[in-house]
Amino acid sequence: MKELISTVKRDYILDLAVRGKRIDDRALDQYREITIERGVIGTAQGSALVKLGNTQVMVGVKLEKGEPFKDSPRSGILVVNAELLPLASPTFEPGPPNEDAIELARVVDRVIRESEMIDLEKLCLKEGEEVWAVFVDIYVLDHDGNLIDASVLASVAALYDVKPPAVPDWTLPGFPLRAKPVAVTVVKLNGVLMVDAKLEEENVAEARLTISTTENGNICAIQKGGSGFFSRDEVERAYELALRCGEELRKKL
Amino acid sequence: MERPKLIVDGRRLDGRRPDELRPFRIKAGVLKRADGSAYMELGKNKILVAVYGPKEMHPRHLQQSDVAVLRCRYNMAPFSVEERKRPGPDRRSMEISKVIREALEPVLFLHLYPRAVIDVFIEVLQADAGTRTAGITAASVALADAGIPMRDLVTGISAGKVDGTVVLDLMKEEDQWGEADMPIAVMPRKKLITLLQMDGNFTPEEFRQAFDLAFKGVELLYEAQKEALREKYLPSLEEER
Repeated sequence: MKELISTVKRDYILDLAVRGKRIDDRALDQYREITIERGVIGTAQGSALVKLGNTQVMVGVKLEKGEPFKDSPRSGILVVNAELLPLASPTFEPGPPNEDAIELARVVDRVIRESEMIDLEKLCLKEGEEVWAVFVDIYVLDHDGNLIDASVLASVAALYDVKPPAVPDWTLPGFPLRAKPVAVTVVKLNGVLMVDAKLEEENVAEARLTISTTENGNICAIQKGGSGFFSRDEVERAYELALRCGEELRKKL
Repeated sequence: MERPKLIVDGRRLDGRRPDELRPFRIKAGVLKRADGSAYMELGKNKILVAVYGPKEMHPRHLQQSDVAVLRCRYNMAPFSVEERKRPGPDRRSMEISKVIREALEPVLFLHLYPRAVIDVFIEVLQADAGTRTAGITAASVALADAGIPMRDLVTGISAGKVDGTVVLDLMKEEDQWGEADMPIAVMPRKKLITLLQMDGNFTPEEFRQAFDLAFKGVELLYEAQKEALREKYLPSLEEER
C-alpha cells in the first residue's frame, strides 16, 4: 500500500538514488540500526520486539494443543498471523486484515515453514489426534517501512525465545529449532537497488523483492511485490545483497 | 498418503522429462458479454478469464485521479479441487490476487484512463498446480482481447525441484511432495520479471537452473498466446482487406 508523497520529495529521493545516495545518508546496502529485545511479553511463550530504525514490530508466540491436519497427522501446526494496527500508521484502519496484512503473514509463514526452522514432527503428541500448534502473531506497532524484514527478524527471535510450557506432556528438552532464516528485501528505485527501504523510499519504489536465505546460503522463500519489474540481472544482484546483508542480520539473532 | 517417487529413469509421473511443459492450449474471446476473455488449459488446469473495462470506477471514492485502477480477482471454483473448496475469497486467494495484479500492472498504460477501472476475473475451474501463473498467462491474452493497449503480454510458468531435480511446470503431486516451487511471470520481449515467488529449498545453482527452465517454458507459452490472438483476429482483418 502506497502513501501519497509530494512530487518534490519523490524527485529528490529518485535523484539521490541515481547518485547512489539516500535521504538518511545510508549506503545502498546498509540497514538502519537494529535492536532486538526478547522476552518482552510474560504471557507469551516467546516474544520479541524488533526496532529497525523507526519501524517497530512485536511478535508473540503462543503454544496450544490442537488437532493435526488430516494430510500431516504426525506434524505440529504453524499458524502465522499479522496485524497492521491502526496505531502504527495513519493509513492503517481497523477491521479484518487487508491484502497487505495477509501478504505479510503469508510471506513470514513461508520463511518459517520452508526453512524448516521448527521441527514440526517433534511437536506431535498423539498421531492423528493431538499435536502442538505454534501461533506466531505479528503486531506492527510503528510503520516506517520494510515490515517484511522486521517481521521475519521478530518472528525468528521470538521463536528462539520460546520457553516450553510447564506441563507434564511436554517431554522435549526445549523448543525444537534448527535454522535461522532471514529475509532481505531489496527495493528498486529509479532502477537502483537498495536494501531496507524506509517508508518514504518504499512509497516511491517501483518494486520490491524479498529473498529469504538460511545459514548455508540456500534460498527458502522469495516474494516480489509492487507494480514494477526486475530483470534477471537485477534478481541476481538482489540475491547477492540478500546473502551479504542476511549474514549481518543473522548475527543479531 | 505416502510420498511417491516422482522421477523414475528421468521421467516424471506423467511421462514428461524435467524440462517439458504439460500439454497446453489457449483460446481468446470465449465469452460473449465480457470486453475480453480467454480460456487456458495446462495439463489438468482449466482456467477462464474475463476482462471488463476500462470503465467508470464505482464506488467513486476508489477512483484514482491520475490513473486507472487494475482490479484482479483470482478465484477457485468449489469443485476445482479434490475436496470441495469453501466458496469465496480466503487468505491464499487474496494474496494470489494481489501478486497477479502486480504481475499485470507493468504491461498496462494505466495513466491513459484516469478515474477508470479495469477488472480482471480469473476463475480456476479445475486445478492441478500452477494456477496463478496459468491465470496470468490467460489474463494477459484476455486483456489484449479487450483491446487494451499493452507493452507486451505477460507469460507465467512455474519451475521447481522434485526428487532433487530441477523441473519445469510442476503438477499437483510434484507441488505437494516436491522440494521447491517457483512461480514466475515475465514480459517475454524484454525478459522482464513481473512476478516472482518461491518456497522450498534452492541452492544458488538450482535457483539459476530453475530460472533457465522457466524462461524456456515462457517462450513456448508466449507463442501460444500470440497464436490465440491471431486465431481470433486474423480472419476479421483479412475480411476487411
